Amino acid sequence: MSAELAVFLVLAALAVAGAVSLIVQRHPIHSALSLIVVMVSLAGLYLLLGAEFISAVQIIVYAGAIMVLFVFVIMLLNAGIEERTNLSRMARYVGLPLGVLLMALLAYAIGRGASSQAPAAAGPAPTKTLAMMLFQDFVFPFELTSILILIAILGALVLAKRES
Amino acid sequence: MLPPNFPPLEDILRLAPEVVLCVFGILIMLVDPFVPRAYRAPTRTLALLGAGLALGATSLAALHPGLAFYGLLRIDSFSVFLHWLIGGIAALVILGSSDYLAREGLPSGEFYALVLFGTAGMEVMASAQELVTAFIGLEMSSIASYILASYRRNAPRANESAMKYFLLGSFATAFFLYGVALVYGATGTTLLPQMDRAPANPTLLKLGLGMIFIGLAFKVAAAPFQLWTPDVYEGAPTPVTALLSAGPKAAAFAVLLRIMVTVVAASQLWFWALWIAAALTMFAGNLAALVQSSVKRMLAYSSIAHAGYILVAFAARNEIGTAAVLFYLVAYALMKLGAFTLMAHLGGEGERRLEINDYAGLGEQQPVAAACLSLYLLSLLGLPVTAGFLGKLYIFNAALKSHLVWLAVLLAVNSVIAAYYYLRIIVVMYMRPAQQEWAPLPIPAAVGLVLLVTAAGTLYLGLFPGIVMNFAAQSALLLR
Repeated sequence: MSAELAVFLVLAALAVAGAVSLIVQRHPIHSALSLIVVMVSLAGLYLLLGAEFISAVQIIVYAGAIMVLFVFVIMLLNAGIEERTNLSRMARYVGLPLGVLLMALLAYAIGRGASSQAPAAAGPAPTKTLAMMLFQDFVFPFELTSILILIAILGALVLAKRES
Repeated sequence: MLPPNFPPLEDILRLAPEVVLCVFGILIMLVDPFVPRAYRAPTRTLALLGAGLALGATSLAALHPGLAFYGLLRIDSFSVFLHWLIGGIAALVILGSSDYLAREGLPSGEFYALVLFGTAGMEVMASAQELVTAFIGLEMSSIASYILASYRRNAPRANESAMKYFLLGSFATAFFLYGVALVYGATGTTLLPQMDRAPANPTLLKLGLGMIFIGLAFKVAAAPFQLWTPDVYEGAPTPVTALLSAGPKAAAFAVLLRIMVTVVAASQLWFWALWIAAALTMFAGNLAALVQSSVKRMLAYSSIAHAGYILVAFAARNEIGTAAVLFYLVAYALMKLGAFTLMAHLGGEGERRLEINDYAGLGEQQPVAAACLSLYLLSLLGLPVTAGFLGKLYIFNAALKSHLVWLAVLLAVNSVIAAYYYLRIIVVMYMRPAQQEWAPLPIPAAVGLVLLVTAAGTLYLGLFPGIVMNFAAQSALLLR
C-alpha cells in the first residue's frame, strides 16, 4: 500500500509540476514538452488504477499523435518566445476568483461523493469490459464519430482549398 | 454470420433518415470532383434527392417506434416530429441556396454535403436519449455550422464572425461535455431514463446538469449567452443564416426538452434558470433589435427574442408547454427560412443591400416579395391569422396553466416592443419611394418555391393549426 502511495505521490507531483510549467514556460516548444510530462504521468496514474488500456491509449494518442500535431503546428507557425503581459484587469479580478471558486466547488462535490460511493469495481479484465462497452453498448456513437471526422476533413478542405 | 448481440434490423430502419443523409453527403463528395465547377445541377439534384429521401425515410422510421442501439436512441412521436421539421428545413435551405451560391461564385458540392451531414447530426440529437450520443450529434451539427458560416472566405466580415462562432461554440461544447462527465460521475450512467434511479451524488449531479444547461443555452442563443448571435448571423452567408436560425436551434431545444422531461432532477434544478433566461433573452433580443439599421442584424436579434419566447414554454414544465415548443419551432422555422431566403436574394451580389433603406419602395418594385416579407414579419410579430400568433397563444396558455403570470406578462410586453421594429420594415417597404436607381433582380424559381412553401405554411398554420398541433400534443404526451 505504501509503495503504491509513494508512486502515486511522485506521479501526481510530476503531473502538477508539468501543468504549472506548461503555463509558465515562455517558449511554446517548452510548453509542449511540459505537456508531454503531464500526459505521461497521467498514463502512469491510470496504470496505477489498473486501467492498462486507457494508459496505453493515453501514451499512443495523447503523448504520441496529439503532441506531434502540436509540435508540428508550433514549428509551422515558427512561434518564438511569447511576450509576457500583465494579467488583464478582467482576468485578475474576475477570472482568478472564478477559477478558484470552480476548483473549490469541484473539490467539495467530489469530496462529498468520495465517501458515499465505492470506486467502480474493476472486473477481471477491464480492457474486455471496455471493449464490450465500446463495440456493443456504445457502437452507435463510436461509428457516428467517423462521420464527425469526415465533416472535419471536409471542413479543412473547404477552408484551405486554393482559389480556382 | 452476424454476432449474437448484433442490433436487430429494425434499429437500422429507425435510423434510416440519418443513414440516407450521410450516404447522400458522401455521394455528393464523390461526384463533386468529376463535374466542372460551373455545372452545379448534379450536386444540387443529389442534395435535394437526399433531403427528400430522408423525409421519406422518416415515415419509415415512424412505423418502427421504440428504442434503438441498446437504448441510446429513442424513436418516438417526439423524435419523428423533429425529424420532419429538421429534414424540411434542410430541403428548403438547399432549395433556397442554389441561386445564391451561383451568384456569389461559391463551390456548391461541399456546401450541400455539409448541410446534409449537419442535418444528420441534428436528427441524431432529436432522437438521442443518451448524453454521449447527443454530444456527437451536437458536434456534427456544430462543426458543419462553423464551416458553413465561414463559407464566404473572401469576405472579412464572414471570417471574423466564423472565428467568433468557432471559439465561443467550442467553449459551449466544452461546457456541455464537462457537464456530461460530471453527471456520469454522479450517477454512473449517461442514459437519461436511468439517471433518476441510479444512486446519485446530488451535488455533482446538480453541477453537471447546470453545465449541460449552459452549453445548450449557448447553442439556442439564450441570454446571457447570446452575444455571439448577431455577429455570426450577420457575417454568415444568408442561406446559412436561415439554416442556423432554424435547424441547430430546434435540435438543441429537443435535447433540452428530452433531458428536462426524462430527468426529474433537471426539471427541478433548471426551473429558475429557465425563468431568468427566458425573461433576459426576450428583452436582450427585442431591445437591441430596436436600434439596428441592418435588416439582417435586426432579424438576428429577433431570433434571440424568439428563443426567449420558446424558453417561456419550457419554464411552464407541462405537456402543453412541450407541445407549444414543438408548434412554435415549426412556425418559427417557416418564418425565418422565408425571411432569410428572401433576404439572400434581395441582398444582391456580395450581400451589399441589407440596410433597411435598401428596402424602400420594394412594395412597388416587387409586390410579391414585399407581400411575402410582410407576411413573415407580421407572423414574427404575432398577428392573428398567422402561425406566429397561434404559437404565441399556445405558449401564453402554457405559462398561465403553470401560474407563471409574470412571465406571461413579460411575453406580452415584449410582443409590443417587437411590433415597432417589425412594422418599421413594412412601413419602409410600402410608404417610402425607392431611393436609388438599383432595383432587385426578379425572383428565381427555386427561391420562389421556398417563398411559396413558407408563406403558405405560415398562413396554413395560422388558419388550420389542427394537424400539426395534434401531432405536437401527442408527441408531448408520449414523451413523458
